[in-house]
Amino acid sequence: MSGVRVLVGTRKGAFVLRSDGLRKNWDVSGPFFGGWEMYHIKGSPVDPNRIYASQTTGWFGQIIQRSNDGGETWDPVGNQFNYDGVPGTHQWYDGTPHPWEFARVWHLEPSLSDPDKVLAGVEDAALFESTDGGESWSELSGLRNQDSGSSWQPGAGGMCLHSIIVSPKDPERIFVAISSAGAFRTDDGGKSWRPINKGLHSEGIPDEDAEVGHCVHHITMHPSKPDTLFMQKHWDVMRTDNAGDSWVEVSGNLPTDFGFAIDVHAHEPETVYVVPITSDSEHYPLDGQLRVYRSRSGGNEWEPLTKGLPQSNCYVDVLRDAMSVDSLDKCGLYFGTTGGQVYASNDEGDSWDAIVRDLPAVLSVEVQTLA
Amino acid sequence: MIRVVLPAHLKTLVKINREVELEVAGVASQRSVLDELEFRYPVLLGTIRDPSTKRRRPFIRFFVCEEDISHDDPEAPLPDAVTSGREQFFVIGAMAGG
Repeated sequence: MSGVRVLVGTRKGAFVLRSDGLRKNWDVSGPFFGGWEMYHIKGSPVDPNRIYASQTTGWFGQIIQRSNDGGETWDPVGNQFNYDGVPGTHQWYDGTPHPWEFARVWHLEPSLSDPDKVLAGVEDAALFESTDGGESWSELSGLRNQDSGSSWQPGAGGMCLHSIIVSPKDPERIFVAISSAGAFRTDDGGKSWRPINKGLHSEGIPDEDAEVGHCVHHITMHPSKPDTLFMQKHWDVMRTDNAGDSWVEVSGNLPTDFGFAIDVHAHEPETVYVVPITSDSEHYPLDGQLRVYRSRSGGNEWEPLTKGLPQSNCYVDVLRDAMSVDSLDKCGLYFGTTGGQVYASNDEGDSWDAIVRDLPAVLSVEVQTLA
Repeated sequence: MIRVVLPAHLKTLVKINREVELEVAGVASQRSVLDELEFRYPVLLGTIRDPSTKRRRPFIRFFVCEEDISHDDPEAPLPDAVTSGREQFFVIGAMAGG
């Protein structure tokens, strides 16, 4: 029987939530790596038993864990993330040059075709690749060394590379997004990169239409339409239909277009989900009502989804990597909150239930659909 | 024989729940003890020191004989009480944050 496995990273450990295809009754295991910040946990699309996890603390640095049995057992693999060559500098908060310093891995993106291959997005922003199951890592330094790299400047959350999408049509094409730098694309497997931020408009930066410097919070894609991406920017929900060559705003009737998480329905490439957050100074839902918004038209027209979600006194946040979808029929949606709840919908978002309510603050949610 | 006490998170990483006993060739110093510790348990690479520069991570301290030796010369010989195993070499995770 089909089922799902939800991989949850929190501020104090990882949790694995399992259910059958009905997605009504859940088995919760964890914490794994208790007390550590688990920024991201993601399984290989080729071999679902192969899972990678980013484990970190300010005390002891970065560990990468790997499971070969679907999260039952884990072993640490390579944790040496050395920038290629002489790293040089980027801009610091005060505008002075600052050396690139590795802080942590924000996002792990396993290959669509090889379980031993995985990309890692790190802070300070750079992209690393492993081709040996995480044992060793090398930087795809063309990204950091392209023209704008030395001008990147961290935002409040650090200068992190948080989103990685490999095109299912062309494995040489990779999209990434970097907090307070913007989105970038390579068409040659990571050797050369260019900014893809035309059409983004950001108040709060000196040139509101600049080529780089936009605070992109997350990007997502439906695999059947690899030239169409959706973006939750700091403010504004955006879409592109030409692989990032230009973007248009699709915030439409959203009550606020600030937010972090954005995802696409597994079977409907024009059905998009966001979780609006009040503002950049108030990181909680508008009016204390936790509402997912769904657009079935690729943006602009949005409907609130509230059934089963708290509609009063709710002041949690939903972070950028904390929403995911399964590919069962009907499509299931999952998201975690900074209040430690993980909500699930087994009917495309029409209704929701909390799988768990009292985990540590949730940093990431990924779903594996199991045969 | 050097008796090294690790903080709880690093004990979990190396999958032991006791102090680590190390034999260090030559003069026992912070550096030689940590080199041997990382050789024995490669998973600790990067968790105590920067793997390239060997600089101590900011929230790590080393205590011996009721003294903080974190800022001492890492090549300085450790006290006889530590090298003889009477006193332990403590790797400490700073008390900070939640």
